[in-house]
Amino acid sequence: MSASRPKLTVASLTAGFGENAAIRDISLELHANAVTAIIGPSGCGKSTLLRCLNRMHELGAGAWVKGGVRLDGDDLYGAPVDPVQVRRRIGMVFQRPNPFPSLSIFENVASGLKLSGMPRKDLEALVQSSLEQAALWDEVKDRLHRSALALSGGQQQRLCIARALAVDPQVLLMDEPASALDPIATARIEELIHELKRRLTVVVVTHNMQQAARISSHTAFLYMGELVEYDRTEVLFTNPKVRRTEDYVTGKFG
Amino acid sequence: MSGVSFRRRAVNAVMLGLMGLCTLLAVGVLLFILGFLFVKGASSLNWAFLTKLPKPVGESGGGMANAILGSFKVLALATAIGFPIGFLAGVYLSEYGHGPFPAVVRYVTDLLNGVPSIVMGVFAYTLVVLPMKHFSAIAGGLALGVMMIPIAVRSTEEFLRGVPRDLREAAMALGSRKWRSIASVVVPTAAQGILTAVMLDLARVAGETAPLLFTSFNNRFWSPGWNQPTATLPVMIFTYAISPYDDWHRQAWAAGFLLLASIFAINIAARFLVSRGFSHSH
Repeated sequence: MSASRPKLTVASLTAGFGENAAIRDISLELHANAVTAIIGPSGCGKSTLLRCLNRMHELGAGAWVKGGVRLDGDDLYGAPVDPVQVRRRIGMVFQRPNPFPSLSIFENVASGLKLSGMPRKDLEALVQSSLEQAALWDEVKDRLHRSALALSGGQQQRLCIARALAVDPQVLLMDEPASALDPIATARIEELIHELKRRLTVVVVTHNMQQAARISSHTAFLYMGELVEYDRTEVLFTNPKVRRTEDYVTGKFG
Repeated sequence: MSGVSFRRRAVNAVMLGLMGLCTLLAVGVLLFILGFLFVKGASSLNWAFLTKLPKPVGESGGGMANAILGSFKVLALATAIGFPIGFLAGVYLSEYGHGPFPAVVRYVTDLLNGVPSIVMGVFAYTLVVLPMKHFSAIAGGLALGVMMIPIAVRSTEEFLRGVPRDLREAAMALGSRKWRSIASVVVPTAAQGILTAVMLDLARVAGETAPLLFTSFNNRFWSPGWNQPTATLPVMIFTYAISPYDDWHRQAWAAGFLLLASIFAINIAARFLVSRGFSHSH
């Protein structure tokens, strides 16, 4: 499966804010229907790399990007490409659950369609299937029209995953999706990530190495904005080729 | 030893007493004004006052129904003018403003906020009353509407800035255009705060008299439509208070009480909205 052609190709990507480059000259290929983890110490550029993949990075003040990203061979940074269209194909889940506070659970899941101006038909069925895929349906089916803020943190995060899935992206980017959650809620998100890769390609940024080892098939290790090593997860964790990777995964620094 | 500690305790007691007294004064002034207005105007504050037109000079009784309706009309017009302009300018400043231009706009709105209200009246007089050659509710609404703009701009901007970046990013990551994320996510999230600020803004201009004296002027009869001299509560209070008739004085007190009570009610309603907003988001 991992030998198939890459879903996302990152080529010589350099990006940053103002005078500072947060990531430098990163190239890697991300595999379809797999989970890729990006690990590294705080400030190593892992979130910046993730946010370049769906062109969210450039929304920040003073942000700039050089190099390229391809999705199924399409250049996402080509001149005629509309970044809004890129974000419709590549969804994102953030570190802190961020459901829309003024909307109900149902409206939150359906919000992507409204926000991206897609036609709305069979909304109920879509909301149900999105919540089912996010393993949240059974917990909320009796209170779909209550405020999303009444849910627990873990439920809110699964709601955000359902919201991202409802617009049917091909890739889901997750920026430390469980770092604000307790261990039980974290375990549920990890289970969910495992399920999601059947349907789409998942890229997870995490500072938790055990989590990377549990959920991903491939892992990229970033340090000071550079890609140090990228390999199958078990290789990277058990038999790294670079000394710095070994030091990091064995806990000598970070 | 004990002398020092006695002195300290004495100073402490005096200062504490002073602070308590000042606090009582601060709160007491409002209650005193409300009570005084009520006592003085209570005899005229009746059903006829709320529903009847003013009686001809010399006859006692009658009411201020035309001024109550007139105030309502002028304030409705002021909101219709001041809110959309202030709101949209606030959205621009918060969401689209970059570089020196927004800073200039902010500075100018602050200056506009400091313009004496009578100057606003002259402005509306020149713009509306002079060309149309008569006083009107339109002119009064314009004067108060322009007065509402600065606070509407700045409070809209502040409340929109308070919307967390998380929510904006969530909307953008779902493939939203910027304008749509503002319309569907950012503004609804801040709506309660903006609404509250506009109500307080409205309460602030509701008692303005000076800008109305030579814009909407006054009228002892109903003013159908928007294009005639129109009675309002503040101007009626002014006219009645400087008159030589006791009955008019009592009616002016009653009108003052009604106006203050309405402003009070708007304020309380606005605070209620805010508190509900907070409990809703936690």
